[in-house]
Amino acid sequence: MTPRSRRVVNVVMSWLAAAAAGLVVLPLLLILAFLLWQGASAVNVDFFAHLPKPVGEVGGGMANAIVGTLILLTLAAILGLPIGILGGLYLAESRDRRLPWVARFLADVLNGVPSIVVGIFAYTVIVLPMRRFSALAGGFALAVIMLPIVVRTSEELVRLVPASLREAALALGIPQWKVLLRVVLPTARAGIITGVMVAIARVAGETAPLLFTAFGNRFWHQGLDQPIAALPLQIFAYAIAPYDDWHRQAWAGALVLIGLVFVVSFAARLATSGRFTGVR
Amino acid sequence: MADGIVVRDLNAWFGAAHVLHGIGVTIAPKAVTAVIGPSGCGKSTFIRCLNRMHEVVPGARVTGSVLVEGMDVYAPGLDPVQVRRKIGMVFQKPNPFPTMSVFDNVVAGLRLGGVRERSVLDEAAERALRQAALWDEVKDQLGKSGVSLSGGQQQRVCIARALAVEPEVLLMDEPCSALDPIATAKIEELILELRSTLTIVIVTHNMQQAARVSETTGFFLLGELIEFGVTRQLFTNPHDKRTEDYITGRFG
Repeated sequence: MTPRSRRVVNVVMSWLAAAAAGLVVLPLLLILAFLLWQGASAVNVDFFAHLPKPVGEVGGGMANAIVGTLILLTLAAILGLPIGILGGLYLAESRDRRLPWVARFLADVLNGVPSIVVGIFAYTVIVLPMRRFSALAGGFALAVIMLPIVVRTSEELVRLVPASLREAALALGIPQWKVLLRVVLPTARAGIITGVMVAIARVAGETAPLLFTAFGNRFWHQGLDQPIAALPLQIFAYAIAPYDDWHRQAWAGALVLIGLVFVVSFAARLATSGRFTGVR
Repeated sequence: MADGIVVRDLNAWFGAAHVLHGIGVTIAPKAVTAVIGPSGCGKSTFIRCLNRMHEVVPGARVTGSVLVEGMDVYAPGLDPVQVRRKIGMVFQKPNPFPTMSVFDNVVAGLRLGGVRERSVLDEAAERALRQAALWDEVKDQLGKSGVSLSGGQQQRVCIARALAVEPEVLLMDEPCSALDPIATAKIEELILELRSTLTIVIVTHNMQQAARVSETTGFFLLGELIEFGVTRQLFTNPHDKRTEDYITGRFG
């Protein structure tokens, strides 16, 4: 190869690589742009402050669905995060060979289970015995979907904590369980939070598992044992309805949902970046 | 009971590999004992057996007995946590906890051991940092991250962290191998100051360092304690041919 052709190949390849990188983010940008174009006009104060209006009346909002989604995500986090994080800690720290191997394998399988199947599971174990759709059942279904993601990322991040820190803590005469909770977990904290955010973002948009658990509701939240509204459900219902006004609101709902995920991730990052961080 | 460390017939394994063979030795209290030998000779394993850190590695096993200041380290039913509380340890690479400030690092042993009173912690931190000759350098940056300090300062934070729980014995596993000569000199000075109050065992690759800081030296080779005696004597007039070969640089 002459120096000249080598330079040409270099330039061409660099551009191809840059184009590939651009293609990766293109879908996200297109989705955002399309949502803004279609939905921004319907996002107004009413949308955040009011209940849906009955069919035929113009206006109203999705305030109940926004609150409902926040409640469902909180429930899912309360149910799923402690088990997920402690489970990940166990998988990373256990000296046993068999049980962690089995648990890891099953977590990966659970990660691949279609979310509607998780919805049926929640329907069977919570909705049927309680004889009603409820926020609890919806939160449970979302927690089950979050679990494998949280377990596996926590495990990976706990593994990244250098053994020298564990040794330093053990040599100080600190009991093993305190070493794990007070030294190892905090060191992995920043990374685990990233994993948790990914999991929350993933379930925030889940619709299928909520169809026959949370069910949806056109009114304000009425207790954890009652059906509850959720943004994805509302978007689904409005998008398949035959009214133009509802379609606009569905677009607005999608935009707000993405905004919500963004705000939650950003807030969690801010809240935890103050002190010294360990591995990311 | 100031009777130092008494080791009898100590054997250690990593899985099937027998890395320490029948070590028997008595280490004097309130003095510095150096452990030298080529890489892989078992010197680190030896001191890790003294505070039951050897067993932290999966598949590791120990037999024999170790008495530290009268305490039977391998007594059945004794929690290794009790042992490690009395025996501090400093490692090869400085390893301050990255999520904690300098202050929190130094008092970590106390705080995670259940001490809450601020005044007790403040006092312990200042005492330990003074003992580690670091107080004047860091007293205005106690709130800074432990990993923001220089390597030599980090290692002294680790020494202060070990000293804060007031151990009777301090084990040092090549504490200067990651440090420059100036930081090394500071640590050596520190060792000489600490020896009046503590029993110190230091593993080192650096024979000059062993000669500078220790009263007694043990030479390990292939998992055996070849020679143990007064440092000056061991370096100038060793009894064993293998010790002589090692210190004159014929191998290792």
